[in-house]
Amino acid sequence: MSDTPRRNPRMEWILRNRLHPEHEMLAAARNGPTRGPTGLLRKNPHAVGFIGPHGIRRIDRSAGLSGGASGSSSGGRGRSTGAKVELPLHRVDNPDFYVAVVVDLVAGRLSSHDRDILGQARLLVQGAEEQGAVVAVALGEAREANFELAGADRLVSLTELNGRPLSGYCPEHRLAVLEAVESQLAPRFWLFPDSIHGGADLGSRLSARLGERPAVHAWKVDAQQTVCRGGTQRTDWHRPTARVLLLAEECALPVDETRHEAKPIELDTLPDVSALIEDLGPVDVDPSKIALGEAEFILSAGNGIRDWDQFHAVATALGATEGASRVAVDDGHMPRGRQVGATGTWVTARVYVAVGISGAIQHLQGIGQCDKVIAINLDDSCDMIKRADLSVIGDSQAILGELLRLAAARQDNPDTASDDAATDMTEEARHVA
Amino acid sequence: MWPDPDLKVASLVSNGQHPKSGRSRRASQDARAVELGLKMAGAASRVIHVGDGDREGGLDQYLGMGLPEITLLNADEQADAVPVLLEYLKGASFDIVLTGVHAEQGEASGMVPYLLAEQLGWPLVSHIADIRKVEGGRAEVLQALPRGQRRLLRVPLPFIATVDSAAADARQYAFGAARRGRLVDAITDAPVDQARQEWTCAPAKPRPKRLHVAKAKSAADRFKAATAKPQGQGGSVIREGTDQEKATAIMELLVSEGVVR
Repeated sequence: MSDTPRRNPRMEWILRNRLHPEHEMLAAARNGPTRGPTGLLRKNPHAVGFIGPHGIRRIDRSAGLSGGASGSSSGGRGRSTGAKVELPLHRVDNPDFYVAVVVDLVAGRLSSHDRDILGQARLLVQGAEEQGAVVAVALGEAREANFELAGADRLVSLTELNGRPLSGYCPEHRLAVLEAVESQLAPRFWLFPDSIHGGADLGSRLSARLGERPAVHAWKVDAQQTVCRGGTQRTDWHRPTARVLLLAEECALPVDETRHEAKPIELDTLPDVSALIEDLGPVDVDPSKIALGEAEFILSAGNGIRDWDQFHAVATALGATEGASRVAVDDGHMPRGRQVGATGTWVTARVYVAVGISGAIQHLQGIGQCDKVIAINLDDSCDMIKRADLSVIGDSQAILGELLRLAAARQDNPDTASDDAATDMTEEARHVA
Repeated sequence: MWPDPDLKVASLVSNGQHPKSGRSRRASQDARAVELGLKMAGAASRVIHVGDGDREGGLDQYLGMGLPEITLLNADEQADAVPVLLEYLKGASFDIVLTGVHAEQGEASGMVPYLLAEQLGWPLVSHIADIRKVEGGRAEVLQALPRGQRRLLRVPLPFIATVDSAAADARQYAFGAARRGRLVDAITDAPVDQARQEWTCAPAKPRPKRLHVAKAKSAADRFKAATAKPQGQGGSVIREGTDQEKATAIMELLVSEGVVR
């Protein structure tokens, strides 16, 4: 018998005819890949979609976003099915050189500035002929810092040096760690975010120590040439790329198409430092003096607030800057300067507590940059609840009263305040019972 | 407590430039450093400038703050200020040297205090807002942090500090005081900054705005990305429980975020 594939007109007819009693069986048998007469792999354009209840073919092109009949779509090849996409892993086994990135880790997270710098490091590695690796140097506690997705091939992570935690202001200790990295890995480039969160300070210290002349406020960098912004943003300096780079925000696009190893590197020798600068800790500042746009922690009030004295007392007890929605300001409960939202101030708070605010779109735009949003509201279907990371459904006055009590308990006895609250709660539960 | 006549404070000042009009003026952060120096040591505080001594370039405005004199270390525009300052500071015996964070003209790398501190072996504190007190050879320094926060540091004398824009505003300058103030020259030989000669300087080009690119595969994905409302990934919602439990949950989050101490 010859190998020439032969057509079977009867089988094709049965496959075309959905009502034929043998159709189901033959269609199931032909589900695999089909080969054309020359042996080429053929795609069956008719095999998309499924037959709806009225016998009409339905094709779901929503890629699983509509949430409707996506589960029953069949054979949708080439379409993303809404599942979590696993990015390809970029592997570097034996790097010829390193590019070191010292990340800021504001509040333990990679900031967007940090991600931009890691993206720039990736570009510098890609531009070279040898194989290079990006080393992220993370000093201090990292929480929710996804170094794999941010583009770090290697990771030097230290939370303490000789028993002294690397939190607070300890530039001498941090510099000592960077010097240890320098002696062990000898990175080709040192990249720092030119930020007020400590990146610029540390980068300047390292370049003074290494005797390198850094490129500061650099915003356009390749392996040869760098463009830096001069004083008061009025000039551009074109110069050869320095070894230490202090990079401006948005200097490069963050890494988003690959996954990286973030393989930890242990430092061989940890230096011994005696620090001259002593950190005496943060000083309490009057939260009402901080501009709303740059406040870190905002307690914001809306239409749901009845007892304004209590609201002010809670803000004082928690040490939060006060904000308000447009309604609260229009009603005269708060000054116009405290209004949060598109028509007021665009806030950048790390933690934003919205009390009795349902979340108009202008308000949600204004809090777009906030990290953690906590909502206290009676209505569990409002837009603020959808935006919030933690939502509490209940009467705001009662919950604020409890918060006030908890804050007072913490101030009296900061260590055991939470334990006290827990025992109080069990007692109260007993009374209720 | 202030002014303390025994304290030797020096401020390093540079010629400033208005960010919009480009007009010469005192540099805002340097003027704050001078103000802090005047507060701490009164008329005994020294002010040092490296340059060609053009009084119109902003020096008049520093003198107008009530300074009797400015020490002028002569150098031309191509000179490197660091070796000149280093030599001068080694000769004098200052307790505290104050500068701004960045210059307002030229490269504005902000490296001068770091290089001086490294080569003098002094500690450096960046972005200070105030110096609270000096006693027993140590100073308590208030450092300005982002978001209006402050931190207290203790530093042994002598040290260098860069003064942040969060420090107290510089006082108004007066024409008469500026006329009375003198520039005291010191003869120096300033080396030329060779590396800088090879760089080119151009008026700043506007930086391209970053576009938000939707990397969607299908038209439906792109539509969704363009029209979607900003929403979180669905946080936790607490409906049941007493008010106390709800308040405790909020408090725990606030404490874990570190905003409530």
